[in-house]
Amino acid sequence: MKFLRQVVAVFLKDLRAEIRNKEAINASLAFAVVILLLFSFAFDPTAEQTREISGGLLWLVFAFAGALILNRSFARELTNDCLDALVASPVPGAALFLGKALANYLLLLAVEAICLPVFGIFYNMRWTAQVGLLTAILLLGTWGITVIGTMFSALTVNLRLRELMLPMLCYPIMIPCLLPAIQLSTVVIAGQPLGPEMQQGFRLLVGFDVIFTALALVLVDTVLVG
Amino acid sequence: MRDKIMMALAGLAALIIVWVLHTILWQVPDEKNQGAIFRIIYFHVPSAMTAAACALAAFVASVLYLVKRNLSYDAIAVAVTEGALLFGAVVLVTGMIWARIIWGIWWTWDARLTSMLVSWLMYAGYLMLRRAVEEPTERARNSAVLSIFIFPGVYITWKSIEWWRTQHPGPVLSIRQGGGMAPGMESPIYVNLLALLCLAAVLVMLRYNQELRRRELDSLRRTAHAMI
Repeated sequence: MKFLRQVVAVFLKDLRAEIRNKEAINASLAFAVVILLLFSFAFDPTAEQTREISGGLLWLVFAFAGALILNRSFARELTNDCLDALVASPVPGAALFLGKALANYLLLLAVEAICLPVFGIFYNMRWTAQVGLLTAILLLGTWGITVIGTMFSALTVNLRLRELMLPMLCYPIMIPCLLPAIQLSTVVIAGQPLGPEMQQGFRLLVGFDVIFTALALVLVDTVLVG
Repeated sequence: MRDKIMMALAGLAALIIVWVLHTILWQVPDEKNQGAIFRIIYFHVPSAMTAAACALAAFVASVLYLVKRNLSYDAIAVAVTEGALLFGAVVLVTGMIWARIIWGIWWTWDARLTSMLVSWLMYAGYLMLRRAVEEPTERARNSAVLSIFIFPGVYITWKSIEWWRTQHPGPVLSIRQGGGMAPGMESPIYVNLLALLCLAAVLVMLRYNQELRRRELDSLRRTAHAMI
């Protein structure tokens, strides 16, 4: 119970800090819309092509935009040595990590919720055919991105080349999560039924989330405290 | 003593590789469907197994470092990771040569090839992370955590030919419930695996020694700086 209260405290603190200066979310949102525009210029897809690439397009945008939010997650605490204060506080590393991850999760989901209609408008796509399934995929896939991203944000926070190292280390590890998310989203947005192979995609997503959340919770103390 | 063991292992590896080359070039017949190019399997598969063994060793060494906090486990982890990268590169290159002949293309994005390349890139990222961190214990700690995070990808690579329908051939060897090969054709794979494992052990020991010496040099330099 105490653990949960600590998680909520960190979660609310991060969310409040972000809502007050809107640093990461503004940058991330603007970046996401710019990439959506760029893709539309770069490929100039027909309706049929858009249907085929929709999943990949969306998840690349989410992954790129997510990196901006995740990068700030621990870097924000560097000024005035806030990170040291957080580590020294009686909150265990796992609670700190979970609180931060949940805050990032909510922010990234907000960015996605804005990107989807923008995508629908610019690309003339009806993406609402199976909203329930799409939401499930978004929730699972985004948690995968967030867990890996938050963990690696902690891992790279003290590096000189932080902004460079985070995406370089994150994206390859995210692939087992992005791949099924992309394939499932494409099928769901096109309004097709999910075959047995697609259900395997769900299993992969859930497995990825569970394994890496567990790993992160176990190892985050080592990264933060030493 | 360690030098002698290394020399002995290197000699053993060289002898076995000569024997394997002789066997596969002169004694094993061409495969029925693929012709001569199938012989690449005698290096492709053992290299893959060696790379996987190195990755497993990197995982174990990283966990041991986090448990015992002894920097020599960190030195082992770097050494075996570089071994994994080397033998992984052999796997990728031999695979691509085989694919060019049999499939007509160098590369395809199926689950096995993709997961292998991704794992390889992640271990390259591991070495880059090491370069970016200055302080030895922080470097050891962070890279150990990263190595543990990379390892599930290696497991996915190993299992990918069972989990997905890949263009990459499914399990062939009888030890993995594959169809197996004709009698006499399968054994050189295991013999060559022994040779490559010996070779990997030699390289790892070499790199381990270098890593220990570099750490010693580093600490000497720090002491010198502190005295001035």
